Amino acid sequence: MLKHTFKSFNHFPKPLLGDWIIIVVSMLLIIWLFKSLWVSEDATRLRIRLGNQVYGEYSLKQNKALTIQGKVGTTLIEIQQGKVRFKQSPCNNQYCVHQGWLHHAGQAAICLPNQISLELIGEKTQFDTLNY
Amino acid sequence: MKQITIQTTEEDHKIAKLTAFAIGLHLVESAFPSPLPGVKPGIANIVTLYVLYRYGIKTAAWVSLLRVFASSLLLGQFLSPSFLLSLGGACLSLIILSFANKLPQKYFSAISLSILAALAHIAGQLIIVRLWLIPHASMAYFIPIFALAALFFGFVNGLITSRLLNKD
Repeated sequence: MLKHTFKSFNHFPKPLLGDWIIIVVSMLLIIWLFKSLWVSEDATRLRIRLGNQVYGEYSLKQNKALTIQGKVGTTLIEIQQGKVRFKQSPCNNQYCVHQGWLHHAGQAAICLPNQISLELIGEKTQFDTLNY
Repeated sequence: MKQITIQTTEEDHKIAKLTAFAIGLHLVESAFPSPLPGVKPGIANIVTLYVLYRYGIKTAAWVSLLRVFASSLLLGQFLSPSFLLSLGGACLSLIILSFANKLPQKYFSAISLSILAALAHIAGQLIIVRLWLIPHASMAYFIPIFALAALFFGFVNGLITSRLLNKD
């Protein structure tokens, strides 16, 4: 009985030439949809906040190392051609450093103990969050 | 007392039988949870395709639309958003099928038609979502996932349909 069931699976018809064309075209359409709808814009500028005020704005199109004196110590921030990261931080948990490189517009990394935040800005402003 | 009888033809009985199959599959499917609302295998469409090949587009349209109405009544979803989504999908799917039906059968099997119908189904649903339920472009993010699921399930349903058609 079981053998018969498995055998009958072999009788599934093979896709024809036109079927393959439809499959490939749909696949391409889906790839195109993913590419055009799932893009996130690359950031061009970086805004750094220290405490309750803006520390400064920098272009991301450069190589630059920043040293900022925060609440608990010195933070090293590294800008490298379109991306930025917390390179070194005096905080305990190192969450900010573990965020790694940021490069999409709207991304942010925050170091709460040292009160420093990085915010990436693109050509157009992104929403922080959306609710329905 | 006067008795009212509705004259039914053989054709009506045939449609009723096939629709019953489709409703059964629809109900079985609705019992399974889905990872993302809207991503469903759509196994009832196997019946629609089978009917299309055996009896033509007109019967297929009857079976498909009756299935949408009857299943929604059974599930208590009549005139609810999910009913309208189902109806929108079924309508666009039938329109596409009526054209795809003219493709040469030498090169295009039920697999092609099934994939096209599945893609049309999700497209019809998304149009209704966009126009009525969520008039906002945010749904765009999900379109590729829906389309990918439609391609996969369309292919599987098409395979099953051609298997059924080959059997008899």
